[in-house]
Amino acid sequence: MKELAVRCRIYRIELSTGCDNVIEMHDIWKTYADGTSALNGVSVKIDRNEFVYLVGPSGAGKSTFMKLIYREEIPTKGEIFVNGFNIGKLKQRKIPYIRRNIGVVFQDFRLLPKLTVFENVAFAMEAIEAPRKVIRKRTLEVLELVGLKHKYKNFPSQLSGGEQQRVSIARAIVNNPAVIVADEPTGNLDPDTSVEIMHLLEEINFRGTTIVMATHNKEIVNSMRKRVIAIENGNIVRDVQRGEYGYEI
Amino acid sequence: MKFSTLARHTREGFKSIWRNGWMSFASITSIFISLLILGVFILLALNMNAMASQIESQVQIRVYLQTEVSEEVVADLQRKIGNITEVSKLTYVSKEEGLEILRERMGEDNSNWLEGYDSENNPLPITFTVEVFEPQLVKTVADQINEISASYETPPIDEVKYGQGTVETLFKITNAIRNAGYVVVAALSITAVLLISNTIRMTIVARQREIGIMKMVGATNSFIRWPFFIEGALIGILTSAITTAIVLIGYDQIVKAFQYDLSLMLLQLLPVKEVMPLTAMMMILLGSFIGIWGSVMSVRKYLKV
Repeated sequence: MKELAVRCRIYRIELSTGCDNVIEMHDIWKTYADGTSALNGVSVKIDRNEFVYLVGPSGAGKSTFMKLIYREEIPTKGEIFVNGFNIGKLKQRKIPYIRRNIGVVFQDFRLLPKLTVFENVAFAMEAIEAPRKVIRKRTLEVLELVGLKHKYKNFPSQLSGGEQQRVSIARAIVNNPAVIVADEPTGNLDPDTSVEIMHLLEEINFRGTTIVMATHNKEIVNSMRKRVIAIENGNIVRDVQRGEYGYEI
Repeated sequence: MKFSTLARHTREGFKSIWRNGWMSFASITSIFISLLILGVFILLALNMNAMASQIESQVQIRVYLQTEVSEEVVADLQRKIGNITEVSKLTYVSKEEGLEILRERMGEDNSNWLEGYDSENNPLPITFTVEVFEPQLVKTVADQINEISASYETPPIDEVKYGQGTVETLFKITNAIRNAGYVVVAALSITAVLLISNTIRMTIVARQREIGIMKMVGATNSFIRWPFFIEGALIGILTSAITTAIVLIGYDQIVKAFQYDLSLMLLQLLPVKEVMPLTAMMMILLGSFIGIWGSVMSVRKYLKV
């Protein structure tokens, strides 16, 4: 955290980006190679500790919005800062290092099928070359947080969907990232399991991690009452604190 | 790279072979079969080559002198022919020895043909038997001997024989055998590489997703590549070592079992000691190369995710 603060101080001067904003987008345009335009001039600021729901019809640009944050895509035009880094300008070989500060959670979990629960979570720490003892301690700690410590030896195929998603959340938070980006994390889960996952994400947010979550789940958005950003046709059409889903399914 | 990271990659490499059970088995089997066939053909080619050389080495040049040649000229000729660089051995066969050899060759039944001939009225000329280092060079050497003869006022050499015509055909055949061996071995090596890279490609497509996930959690390219590299090298080296051992042990058994039968046909298989270095080197190098190359190439393709 101390290191981050120092980094922030430097970048506040150089890049004039506020340190309280974990994510800043300035007039972002994204057009894909095949000509489809996904985002048309989006500007947004997301503060530290915020919990943001991203809603909107399929194909509105939610996924592109998220992919830009974890640098899967780069904007055609505009600047995007994550933790003070202008990630659109990042060199290819620097990408792994900024991804370590962003936890990503997917609808389809994306666990490594040949690794156990423990190894899946530990992998993210091995990648940053943490000492083995630290990896072991921290991995078990995180697995305990998501309530799967007792299944650390199982393979993903032996777990239910909800359990797999909890493992992927454990992997996302194991390196203490500043942001978690979750693309429909409850999309494949039944309502009860979805609620469990949401409680877990709320807990993680409560501990100080910014969360950006794209979802189609009306009940969740309406019951949680967090900031809601609605995207339609590549534009932000609504951005309200303590908002509602706002679409009829 | 930290030592602990290298240790981690090695651990993961081993683990991956085990966890990917069937896929590893497919790679191992395809390397094994390709190398097995290749090994058998390397041994065949080596033996054919040896046989061809053996046949070639029996080629000699016979130099027949005129019947009336002075001793000084004979000594002079012997020196000059011996000085030709390609000549490995020159044997002087006197008239008497010539008669002996002829008697032996004709056998007891026909020896009466030669009755009455002795050292006094020996009709045979003095001959030289010339052997050369490189059998393929007999014609050149024979020509040189003819030139030497021509340099005298009265040529002392009556005839130079090396099986003109027959020898050329023989060399054509032995060369064809050698070339066929090289071509088959080269073709099999290429086939092995293609076959195996295809198997590896199939296993890697399954890993494309895994590589994408690894990148997502912030693993660097080299961090992702290393375990694959170690896995490929392990599969390649271990499989080729085992295949080489099987091929050579099998060959040794064949050599021992057929030694007697084959020697009756005037054939001889090379002893395993002699073929081992080249065969083992080729097979292990190729196997390791295939293993490493296969995994590195296919990972490289998906690292651009």
